[in-house]
Amino acid sequence: MLRRLRVFASLILFAAAACARAQTGGVLHFCLHGEPKTFNPNLVDDEAAENVRYLTGGVLIRLNRQTQVLEPALASSWQVSKDGRKITFQLRKSLYFSDGTPFTSEDVAYTMKSLMDPQLHSPTGDSFRSGEGTVEIQTPTIGTISITFPAPIAGLERLFDQVAIMSAHSPKKEMAVLGPFYVSDYKAGSYVELARNPNYWKHDAQGHALPYLDGIHLDIQRNRDIELLRFERGDLQLINRLDAESYKRLSKENSSAPRNAGTGLDSDFLWFNESPNAPMAESKKSWFRTTEFRRAISAAINRDDISRMVFDGHAKPAYGPISPANHFWFNAAIPAPKYDPQSALKLLGQAGFRFANDELRDKSGNRVEFTLVTNSGNAIREKMASMIQQDLSEIGIKVSVVTLDFPSLLERMTRTFDYDACLLGLVNTDLDPNGQMTVWLSSGENHQWNPSQKTPATPWEAELDKLMHQQATALNDTERKKAFDQAQQIIYEQQPLIYIVNRDVLTAFSPAVHGASPTVLTPPAFWNAEVLQLAASSQQGAER
Amino acid sequence: MSSSKSLRLVAGLLLSAIFLLALGANFVAPYSYAKQFRNAPSAAPSAVHLFGTDALGRDEFSRLLFGTRVSLLLAPAAALLSTFIAGILGGLAAFLGGWWERAILASADLLMALPLLFVLLALRATLPLDVAPLISAMATFLILSLLGWPSSLRVVWAAARNIRESDFLLLARSSGSSPLRVIVRQILPSLSPVLAAQFWVTIPVFILAEATLSMLGLGVMEPLPSWGNLLRGLENPSAFQANPWTIAPLILLIIVVFCFQFILPSRGDLD
Repeated sequence: MLRRLRVFASLILFAAAACARAQTGGVLHFCLHGEPKTFNPNLVDDEAAENVRYLTGGVLIRLNRQTQVLEPALASSWQVSKDGRKITFQLRKSLYFSDGTPFTSEDVAYTMKSLMDPQLHSPTGDSFRSGEGTVEIQTPTIGTISITFPAPIAGLERLFDQVAIMSAHSPKKEMAVLGPFYVSDYKAGSYVELARNPNYWKHDAQGHALPYLDGIHLDIQRNRDIELLRFERGDLQLINRLDAESYKRLSKENSSAPRNAGTGLDSDFLWFNESPNAPMAESKKSWFRTTEFRRAISAAINRDDISRMVFDGHAKPAYGPISPANHFWFNAAIPAPKYDPQSALKLLGQAGFRFANDELRDKSGNRVEFTLVTNSGNAIREKMASMIQQDLSEIGIKVSVVTLDFPSLLERMTRTFDYDACLLGLVNTDLDPNGQMTVWLSSGENHQWNPSQKTPATPWEAELDKLMHQQATALNDTERKKAFDQAQQIIYEQQPLIYIVNRDVLTAFSPAVHGASPTVLTPPAFWNAEVLQLAASSQQGAER
Repeated sequence: MSSSKSLRLVAGLLLSAIFLLALGANFVAPYSYAKQFRNAPSAAPSAVHLFGTDALGRDEFSRLLFGTRVSLLLAPAAALLSTFIAGILGGLAAFLGGWWERAILASADLLMALPLLFVLLALRATLPLDVAPLISAMATFLILSLLGWPSSLRVVWAAARNIRESDFLLLARSSGSSPLRVIVRQILPSLSPVLAAQFWVTIPVFILAEATLSMLGLGVMEPLPSWGNLLRGLENPSAFQANPWTIAPLILLIIVVFCFQFILPSRGDLD
């Protein structure tokens, strides 16, 4: 009898402990760093609206942020035609929007027509514009839809991760959603309240309806210091992105709160101005157009020191345009960047530069010196610039660091071309290289070192153009990868952009949040919001 | 000796000591202000680094000495230029009167009404990029002095107007003194306490303005230190908590600003 009682008591204790760990329900609190400009998923072009779209929008295909593999969502299966122009979806049956309107192929057709409407100017729709002509949509049954584009689109199915399906018939228009949450309240400048979608289609392995949370309260808060203070106070339970300094501070206070998802896709890099219209001395133009010079600069920069001192170790030396975090597109054959001032001097010697009395001079005896500009008010970039300045002084190059406000910097980069070198970064949210087309095509506006060329200025830029077009038109991923690997190799050899570091993706979670599994893809902290759970004590705290 | 005179003496001595240390930075500073000790970033004060090091491993004591030299030499120079412009224009406005007075005062008001930060941003952006950090520092203070005279002008103009209508000036004119003699012997000695006060008041204003500009990344260019860019270490509360000695430039700035205020002659002294 006593033994039975003990077993019974143990079972009760176990159940109680499980309840304390996590439970269904509760409202998760975290911050948006700006005002969402729209709730229409087709018009999203800012981070805040993108986050709301991710949490509320139902998509046909979802990119799993952890495995980086496409998974069926509202579509149970799909097929892309051999010519890469047509995609056919089989839709899940008996699904409903948050307001109870049934989901059919008509809704997908309505969404795609709206997305491709030239009058709407949808940023999401731009990715689907493959050529002249119209998009044809056929809905043979309520569970099947075929979309035919005028020209092939590389990686077509991946683009549907961004397309949140809207209802064709709901009176609530875009506010009727198929995602895990719907917008239940919004106060401009203050908050966005999301409530659990009772009609969400997903269930967990045990058959429980998802999401677990009752809702999400998104405070609109631009100031990151206030966000951090509120997190420390327990008002917020999650921070989607942290800088290295805040991460260090949180680590000291509560080592379990900050979570490093690993090396991210974002990169910091510098480039030299190679524009023929640049108002600078011909000798400088000649240095900047010399491959050995650019490679020497790359070899003379101590990326490990920058990572350690500027990012507190939360960044990795960057290989090139694709971070190792991008599992499929990263070219593993590219050697890791190595700090080697001696090899830098050797390369410079091969190009006719002379190093004597701690000064580097070119063939004509000109002292090698240039100005490195970066945006003002960015302490991280200013520190990086100072470290690059000291590194390059070791090989006799005199660097002046100048910070400019962003509009002035853009004016110089895009109109007057009145600068020598520039240090900036790229926030990369897209795994596919097509997202970088305007950077690598010689005609591209973002081909920063020499933008908008009528014809490629160098043979290697012509080759790069060819490879980028190849990867964009090839119809299978293996061929695309082959072409883009070659493009990465050329970029590594020529160093038109000298990549410095890839920053780690840093997030923070209150210990009350269960199921957190941060990733390097956006949104890093709440990509799996449907399975996040809150401990009961935290729910009470947040309500207070 | 009165207490105000004692205070003035102490302030003067303290300022002189700080000036001397700053002038002798080349000899007193143990390291170059730009040298990065990468194995000792954000180090605590020690025998090797008296005030510790910053996030890039640069010796804080050396940077403070060189930064003091930049701020304490350039701020008075800028204050002198600003006071000179205010003295000339204020004097002209008061003594010429009429349209001259209106035009000068209106231009001063216009300059005061302009959002200074945006004007500075625009002017800074038009400067060529390939200038040495010291030239850039001088340009920053020059811009400050060229934009900073209107508030002094109003004070100088008011004082000059009083002098214009004073009996002793009427007497000097009626006794046949030439205009030059009137200016040199009568007007300038009467205006000098006002001009001196404006000069001393403007110095800390410019030091703080440069500090504000540097906080925005628009002041003195790295790696040249100034009090402004040294104070940027305080903008991150967590960094300050970890390295409290980054407060040293702020303490020095407060001391110097107080010293300049104590050096000013009091109303009693002027009487």
